[in-house]
Amino acid sequence: MEFFEAISAKFNYWIYVIIMMIGLYAMIAKNNMVKKLIGMSIFQTAIILFYVSIGVKDGATIPILYHDQVHAGHHHDDHGDDAHHGSTDHHDTSHGGDHETDEFGYPTRHAPDVHIDGDGFANPLVHVLMLTAIVVGVSTLGVGLAITQKLHREFGTIEENEIHDLIKSGK
Amino acid sequence: MIWQFDLIILVFLVITAIISLQVKDLLAASMIYGVYSFLMCLLWAGMAAVDVAFTEAAVGAGVSSVFLIATVFRTSRRSSD
Repeated sequence: MEFFEAISAKFNYWIYVIIMMIGLYAMIAKNNMVKKLIGMSIFQTAIILFYVSIGVKDGATIPILYHDQVHAGHHHDDHGDDAHHGSTDHHDTSHGGDHETDEFGYPTRHAPDVHIDGDGFANPLVHVLMLTAIVVGVSTLGVGLAITQKLHREFGTIEENEIHDLIKSGK
Repeated sequence: MIWQFDLIILVFLVITAIISLQVKDLLAASMIYGVYSFLMCLLWAGMAAVDVAFTEAAVGAGVSSVFLIATVFRTSRRSSD
């Protein structure tokens, strides 16, 4: 039973390894260039699947703040502590203390003292990293397909062994 | 995420990956690769990575399939393996 638990709890990682090996096999063993590139894309998405699986938390929602979490700290200006900014002495506005400005003349923004529970949100760091990986993946696929078209124009085939034979026989 | 969806999508991911690499027709391989990308997009939407999910839906399932189909139509459609 413990063995079954260990498999089912980490199912994403088992499938990630399987998909990654499928892609690696296709990159090595397939003869067709387009098949090789499809295998490369499958390999890349397997790695992205691994990274996104790291950021998953149990019972967590998408990493976007709710409206009341963002705007909860905006009505705390009436109490009198000004320990969080030291710029109240050198500004020259004439209208009172309710519109304080910083040294560049912009209104002072109080940092909202909102307590956000990080356990309720999935980890957004891996998501941001994997966005870049997706874009890099599609650009490498595009370059590979462009080279494939160039090879087809040169040799008339996109099979790797036929291209090798044509090169070996001096075209 | 709901573990039944997780299980079903992951099993279909492996199936579509194997089919798109085994089928002899390259146009069919490209379309099944699009299905694979869309299943991956569903999986990431379920894993609370919505930004990755819609980037994959636009870039992976959309632009990659278009690139593959354009290449298949400009070269040859048959594959030996």
